[in-house]
Amino acid sequence: MSPRAASRLESIGFEQVYDYAAGKADWGSFGLPLDGDADSSTRVGAHLRTDVPTCRLEDRLPELCRRLDESGWETCFVVNDDGVVLGRIGRAAIRGRQDLSAEEAMTPGPSTIRPSARLEDVAERMQRQSLTTLPVTTPDGRLVGLVTGADVEQARAGTKR
Amino acid sequence: MPRSIERHELQRLLAEQKAQLVEVLPADEYADEHLPGAINIPLKQLDHATTRRLDRARPVIVYCYDDQ
Repeated sequence: MSPRAASRLESIGFEQVYDYAAGKADWGSFGLPLDGDADSSTRVGAHLRTDVPTCRLEDRLPELCRRLDESGWETCFVVNDDGVVLGRIGRAAIRGRQDLSAEEAMTPGPSTIRPSARLEDVAERMQRQSLTTLPVTTPDGRLVGLVTGADVEQARAGTKR
Repeated sequence: MPRSIERHELQRLLAEQKAQLVEVLPADEYADEHLPGAINIPLKQLDHATTRRLDRARPVIVYCYDDQ
């Protein structure tokens, strides 16, 4: 639709016309604010946790173990220099495998969601796939945070009031 | 030919050239959610009269929901 609108504007005589084809879906998926009547609290971006630990491919498991202990989290995300999620390591994967690197121990390519995802859709997906947490990333894969099933249910209960 | 831009270019045009944002979706979709500072001129209403409030000396960026 927007390419036609841009062409129409040019036909009317506007000379500096640009088309942001990815539109507000793209804008919202990067967690950027949108104005309007819609309630932003119905989106995951309003309920995510940003203190989840991260590590690099070359980090060793004893260091990850220490990081998990300090943070209180049961999971850690393996990211590159740009913060792009490469893998995920749960505490169970570390147990008894202290001599490995994060790259060797991680589960690569975990499923992710965008900050603009609707709570009801996320709740349904977590239930269907028996997930307790989901990483939240930008469309280009950069880690924004983590959402838990408990947080999603609590938020849904709050938005229904 | 209008140029297609991505998010970073949009943000640069807004900051450096005071670009004008126009959402071309129907009014109810605009009311629901729109980019900060955007005005609404639905595609079907885009003509000489409805664009009179736009400044022709500044860039105009149009958008809808996505590129599908």
